[in-house]
Amino acid sequence: MSDPTPAIEVRDLVKTYAGVTAVNEVSFTVARGEVLGFLGPNGAGKSTTMRILTGCMPATSGHAAICGRSVAAHADEVRRLIGYMPENNPLPEDMRVSEYLHYRGRLKEIPRRALGPRLDEVLELCDLKRVRHRIIGTLSKGYRQRVGLAECVLAEPPVIIMDEPTIGLDPHQILIVRDLIASLRGRMAMIISSHILPEIEVTCDRVLIINQGRVVAQGAPAQLRREVLGAARYELELAAGAAGLAALPALLATVEPTLQIVATGAPAEDGFGQFRLAATNPVELGEPLLRALAADGRFRVRALNRLQPSLEEVFLAATKRSWDTVDRKIA
Amino acid sequence: MRHFLTILSHEIRMLLVSPSTYVAAVLFMTLMGFIFTTVLETYTKEAQDLPPAAMFFQLFWLPVFFMVPLLTMKCLAEERRLGTLETLLTAPVNAAEVVLGKFGATYLLYLGLWGATGGFFVILHHFDRDPRLLEPGPLLGGYLFIAVSGLMFVALGVLASSLTRNQAVAAIITVVLTLLLVWGPRIALNHLAVLDLPGLQPVRAVLDYMLVFRHLDDFSRGVADTRELLYYLSGTALALVFSVFSVEAKHLHS
Repeated sequence: MSDPTPAIEVRDLVKTYAGVTAVNEVSFTVARGEVLGFLGPNGAGKSTTMRILTGCMPATSGHAAICGRSVAAHADEVRRLIGYMPENNPLPEDMRVSEYLHYRGRLKEIPRRALGPRLDEVLELCDLKRVRHRIIGTLSKGYRQRVGLAECVLAEPPVIIMDEPTIGLDPHQILIVRDLIASLRGRMAMIISSHILPEIEVTCDRVLIINQGRVVAQGAPAQLRREVLGAARYELELAAGAAGLAALPALLATVEPTLQIVATGAPAEDGFGQFRLAATNPVELGEPLLRALAADGRFRVRALNRLQPSLEEVFLAATKRSWDTVDRKIA
Repeated sequence: MRHFLTILSHEIRMLLVSPSTYVAAVLFMTLMGFIFTTVLETYTKEAQDLPPAAMFFQLFWLPVFFMVPLLTMKCLAEERRLGTLETLLTAPVNAAEVVLGKFGATYLLYLGLWGATGGFFVILHHFDRDPRLLEPGPLLGGYLFIAVSGLMFVALGVLASSLTRNQAVAAIITVVLTLLLVWGPRIALNHLAVLDLPGLQPVRAVLDYMLVFRHLDDFSRGVADTRELLYYLSGTALALVFSVFSVEAKHLHS
């Protein structure tokens, strides 16, 4: 980890196929041992970027490097530095799990003497001991996925690239994958693409949202929330007369100048209605707000809640934002 | 080339555990046994000019047409269809090692199957101790011809398999290519009157050079002409080089 070169460096990467721009000037870096989540709708360019990084596909322009070595110029060296699990995890149908891993280990130049113990270790790590003699074609999806993961980490490469590793897994298996990724954290840099947003949120240090071939947002999950959705949002449930409702925005402004009502729900039969508030100031406003509302006799407060936006909302907001910019460009 | 042996041994192992290998082997041996008994029957009816071994190898094209496609169609097309070719090439392995490994394993199986037909001659020798029936010259020459020509036929099959992800298409391409190579020059020389024109003499010479049946005759008579060896070796090299290009190109542009 003392090596200063980033594990993955991508600068202005462009890939066009037959006139369609799949990846458009994407730039990012991944530090050694960092876990990067790669999010985006289908066709956003996630898989294309990953395939360029693994040397499966040449980029149209731009620079991609793994541990300081250019993917285009040193493809052979780069292959020794990565573990790659492609989309849909293709595996040979007619081999046993241990045979397959042994073969891959030999191809990945693990010395024969070290391979046996390493195989045991990996099988243990991926919880594959029970099926090590089964034929891959007869395994369930979860096991197949774990065979792919085992293959990925087999040679302990400094960089791991996984294209949708948790697709089609049940919650228990997702937990196993999550633990596996957690156990590798710090040792290997990882790029994980996924549609399952909570998954990314838990496992990744940093998230990169990509849409239409462009990076639309990147940063730690918490930072992204602030950036994309504004600083703080609250949900307030109160009952007030008509006069009180009219006075509410003014009262909110005394608490925090930027605090505004974003949405108003219809009042229920008992007179209580829901209000969504937003402020650009990230300071916690719950206490002053409650105090101000309680001091004023016109309002009866039942609940106040600071909303924690999920990554899902961030994702939707960020991708929507990029659609907007794309549309505006066309118009 | 450090992974060539790894891939070769892996491929041989996969061939040996695959039931289709044994099905193909049984079919091959049945057909060859049938051909062999037919050849022997013609000898019981009347005296022949050729020794039985030479006559037996005259029919080499029949098993080549169906065995070579069966053995080679799977090797790269299947991997491409499953997507495992991509995983294979993201390991520190180059396309040449993959192609050579697969070619090597298939060729060894092809040789093994033909080698098994040697058993027919052993059985013949066991029951009929007539040395005239088993002249070593045509026998060894025939097997040498099979080994040398097999290099090219199997390489063509590998090339066809590298071109497509569909095994059936690969098999058809292989049949057409082998058909053209084995029968093409012979039919052209016998039936195309145009070739007698003086201006087309070079074409005629080339077709004559490519006449597979004449190569077989030469080998059977114990003449191993270097020009003929070169024909098969260069054909093999060419087919394999194109297979490597095909694997790399499709890999990069898929």
